Amino acid sequence: MTALKTTVWKRFSKKQSLERYSIEFVIVLVFVWATKSVDIYWPFITDAPHQAADLLNRMTPPDFAFIGTIIPSLIETINIATLSTIFALILSFPIAILNARNTTPHPIFLVVARVIVVTSRSVNELVWGLIFVVFFGPGAIAGIAALTMRSLGFMSKLVSESIEEIDPGQVEAIRATGANGIKVFLYGVLPQVMPTIMGTTIFRWDINIRQSSVIGLVGAGGIGILLTSAMNMFRWRNVSMILISIFVVVLAGEYVSAAVRKKLT
Amino acid sequence: MFSVKNLVKKYPTGQMALKGCSVDIDKAQIVSIFGPSGAGKSTFIRCINRLVEPTSGEVYLDDVEITSLKGRELHKARRQMGMIFQEYNLIERLTVMENVLSGRLGYVSFLQAMFRRFPKESIDEAFYLLERVGLAGYHNQRADALSGGQRQRVGIIRALIQHPKILLVDEPTSGLDPKTAMIIMQLIKDLAKEKDIPAIVNIHDVALGQRYADRIIGLTEGKIVFDGPPAEVSEETLTMIYGEEDWSKTIRKVEDEEE
Repeated sequence: MTALKTTVWKRFSKKQSLERYSIEFVIVLVFVWATKSVDIYWPFITDAPHQAADLLNRMTPPDFAFIGTIIPSLIETINIATLSTIFALILSFPIAILNARNTTPHPIFLVVARVIVVTSRSVNELVWGLIFVVFFGPGAIAGIAALTMRSLGFMSKLVSESIEEIDPGQVEAIRATGANGIKVFLYGVLPQVMPTIMGTTIFRWDINIRQSSVIGLVGAGGIGILLTSAMNMFRWRNVSMILISIFVVVLAGEYVSAAVRKKLT
Repeated sequence: MFSVKNLVKKYPTGQMALKGCSVDIDKAQIVSIFGPSGAGKSTFIRCINRLVEPTSGEVYLDDVEITSLKGRELHKARRQMGMIFQEYNLIERLTVMENVLSGRLGYVSFLQAMFRRFPKESIDEAFYLLERVGLAGYHNQRADALSGGQRQRVGIIRALIQHPKILLVDEPTSGLDPKTAMIIMQLIKDLAKEKDIPAIVNIHDVALGQRYADRIIGLTEGKIVFDGPPAEVSEETLTMIYGEEDWSKTIRKVEDEEE
């Protein structure tokens, strides 16, 4: 090796660089167009810090005496979350079985189950809340129905994915004993997906606590109802107290959920 | 007692896994099936209890023809055939006792299965068998806490508690160390003799298969190319089954056995 050949190395070829620059240019273009089109009224933005300080001032100190009114409402919030999680667990179980390729009795059920899952997941809980408030009238029942509908797809999807990933050898072994379909499911499938079912349920409960504190905004029960009325009446010290208590409950829910899920693994 | 007539399996891909295999077993003997990977050994054993649907052919266990059975009748036939697997296939998250008793699932009702209320005779037998294979005291351990050899013992008694008329054994030792492999083969042999039932054992370890078998069947490309006692397995036989190779070091000399 005497003659050192100098080689030019470039990370991107001419064509690649050109592509990258044009993509970057398009992103800048989109940004500029978006900011122009949303019609920003600049005095509102410059005024915002002042408004925030003013609101904060009206919110402090939080009205701790209001806790007496908050507590029953908070309990209702947690109960809405718990009940909707339990109903969703029960309803999602058969849907998950239909939705998994290896347990569905017929491919047509795959389509049915998928439609249910997608419908449940693509509609926001506030929209479900609005719908069920029409059905059941305002209150906790509408909230439970809304969160059940919303949780259903989430839980069915995660559990059915877990069913599709099971070890087929264990299923084969149970079939070989002469067990019928339902016993094969009971011994060959269920023990393998049990950790996912429990983990998903507790995780969903945690999410539902957060959401059940919001659905009151559309009248579907829970602490949200208290929050909207406090805001409508400009009782800002009550509002801050409600926000603090929601924060505490959500934090507690998250802690319980994390602790339980840690135990499961 | 047991016979397979002209068993054929063609997979949807067009691959011919079995090209007409016939075997008769008329006494309680250990039948080792030799053959290279992909020869159809696993397919053969699974076509017998219909974990894989055979394309054509007949399987007789006593006087029952198995390939034509449906639903409940098929489940009844399956519970008379105990199966032991290469990867043990225990229910990992269940206890040893639940795994053993799952061998009785073909006999108990749905509610009994669901609430683990197995008949007392089955539980007594499970304890007896656990002790028999050296797993006394392990009944409440979870299966995933056991070693490979221990798992395979649980696999063996799950098959035995079915009270099978035949054992179907698929590569029982391939995940085990040589010593454990011998212990497991000895156990399968002893228990099959004790229960006076035949066992069909797929095995790729020639020396091990020869040592514990009463009869050897050679399977190559879906066809039976050899059927005879272990003493008749020669280098030519192995070449016929597996292809050209120096077999002189692999083969077991029968005279060593007698000392």
